[in-house]
Amino acid sequence: MSELPLTGRARADRSPHSLAEWQRFGGYQALPQALQRHSPAAIVAMVEAAGLRGRGGAGFLAGTKWRLMREGAAKSGPGARYLCVNGDETEPGSFKDRLLMEALPHQLIEGAAIAAYAVGATEVIILVRDEYRAGAAALTRAIAEAEAAGLLGRDILGSGFDLTMRVHASAGRYIVGEESALIAAIEGERPVPRHRPPYPAVSGLWGRPTTVNNVETLSAVPSIIEHGADWYLGLSRTEEGGTKLYGVSGCVARPQLIEAPMGTSARELIELAGGIRDGRALLAFQPGGGATGFLEAAELDVPMDFAHLKQAGSSLGTGALIVLDDRACPVAAIGRHARFYARESCGLCTPCRDGLPWVSKLLDALEAGQGQRGDIELLQMHVDLAGPSGRSFCDLMAGAMTPLKSGLQRFGEIFAAHLEGACPVGRA
Amino acid sequence: MTLSPATKSAIVEAAAHGGPKAAMLDALKLVQQAEGWVSDADLAEAAATLGVTPAEIDSLATFYSQIFRQPVGETVILLCDGLSCYLCGGDAVRDAVMQKLGIGFGETTPDGKFTLINICCIGGCDRAPAALVGPDRKLVGPLTPDDLAALIGGAP
Repeated sequence: MSELPLTGRARADRSPHSLAEWQRFGGYQALPQALQRHSPAAIVAMVEAAGLRGRGGAGFLAGTKWRLMREGAAKSGPGARYLCVNGDETEPGSFKDRLLMEALPHQLIEGAAIAAYAVGATEVIILVRDEYRAGAAALTRAIAEAEAAGLLGRDILGSGFDLTMRVHASAGRYIVGEESALIAAIEGERPVPRHRPPYPAVSGLWGRPTTVNNVETLSAVPSIIEHGADWYLGLSRTEEGGTKLYGVSGCVARPQLIEAPMGTSARELIELAGGIRDGRALLAFQPGGGATGFLEAAELDVPMDFAHLKQAGSSLGTGALIVLDDRACPVAAIGRHARFYARESCGLCTPCRDGLPWVSKLLDALEAGQGQRGDIELLQMHVDLAGPSGRSFCDLMAGAMTPLKSGLQRFGEIFAAHLEGACPVGRA
Repeated sequence: MTLSPATKSAIVEAAAHGGPKAAMLDALKLVQQAEGWVSDADLAEAAATLGVTPAEIDSLATFYSQIFRQPVGETVILLCDGLSCYLCGGDAVRDAVMQKLGIGFGETTPDGKFTLINICCIGGCDRAPAALVGPDRKLVGPLTPDDLAALIGGAP
């Protein structure tokens, strides 16, 4: 693990670098290279070849997204194009983008500038969740420094490329991280998801072609330009390129962020985080945050990338590995998630608005030993009607039902015991 | 008329980017920054300053969880109740904070010093159980029921 392109230059205390310091550490090498040596199409091809997948959870190839944006924008004719940076990290268990924005703002700015050049955007808007005020402040300062140094603004480094960049501070709501809701939020509309198609690449912010990328995705871009697609692919242990910023939390000795080769196993990550806390045994883990299915000890060696975790019946999501030990009750754990998703539903469609509070109440009652006959069937009904294969307007409901679906499958006996008023694993 | 000229001109300035509608959230945040929360009168004045209707701006004010439509205490404590915090003993911290302050989630102490709000997930899972405290949303954690001083300082 010698190569850490994302976090290798972060300070131990996470304070951001000034522009001068960042340049001393080798920052802003990639942007001049991109502008002076490569065409936008060549950048897109390079990022596609590097196998960089979107780190916001969906895992779509970033280069392909950029290519689709260029194709969509070509149809729209001349006019503004936008790049929106998704810094609305609100998925339960996920805390990686916080570090990247707070401690390494210039890395993100450089990556966003290169991405904007590649897709032909002239304005970048970085949407940061309200709870990350230090991150928003670090980015605002860094943007001003980059502008003053001619790394942003008009005719960047004599290339003829103009780019403005600004921070849009949000005000707290999970749904703002959904691509189309994020666009609505910046426009000042009530941030609820929009119907697709048209996709943002064709009609996004202000009806213009728009690309939305996650903070971690863009933070990886400068290293790809500097060292090439093969180098980036080579960092990974699997076919999906690069390193991944995994967040390990829950019942481990030392919860922490770990940048490791893509495809590192949960077993290794848990060991790096000090192992299971208090010498306990593993009950289960969610590999990618609140909206991913549970896995158990038998799956500890699955490479943590998009393809392998999907094959194992879960997903990489944001790479937020939440660990449950053998005293952590899955009914209570799923209940915490359900409460979060119920609270954060935007209320646009009925399955989510009405279904999630119902699920949350059922789980609370079960946890408290006050469940009633038929409750488990009711939970299963929600999974079947509105779960991962069900129908609701956006993915929030499906994501919310994912841990419940796998919980009912894997821990049916524990749910049944709760119906009898007993918790076989919980602390209570 | 309660908004200061400085707040009003900042609201007008915010509209430079994408027009009045796109500036509505900025306006709400500017009002909250100046007044601590967003009253009906301030909301109406912000709307008039931007040339939008109070209903339009309220549709955002009531959507975003960090825009406060009722008074809050001097210090707002956003206590994370996400799974990672729960697994690290978040419930015990929650109970201790509630007992010490004598309030529940969404409530303000009678002396107006503290407001307690539950939130998830604050992105502090490596410092669980964690909270965000005060106007800068300073991240504190890992919290135990015994070290509440970090969270509520000199509260009774």
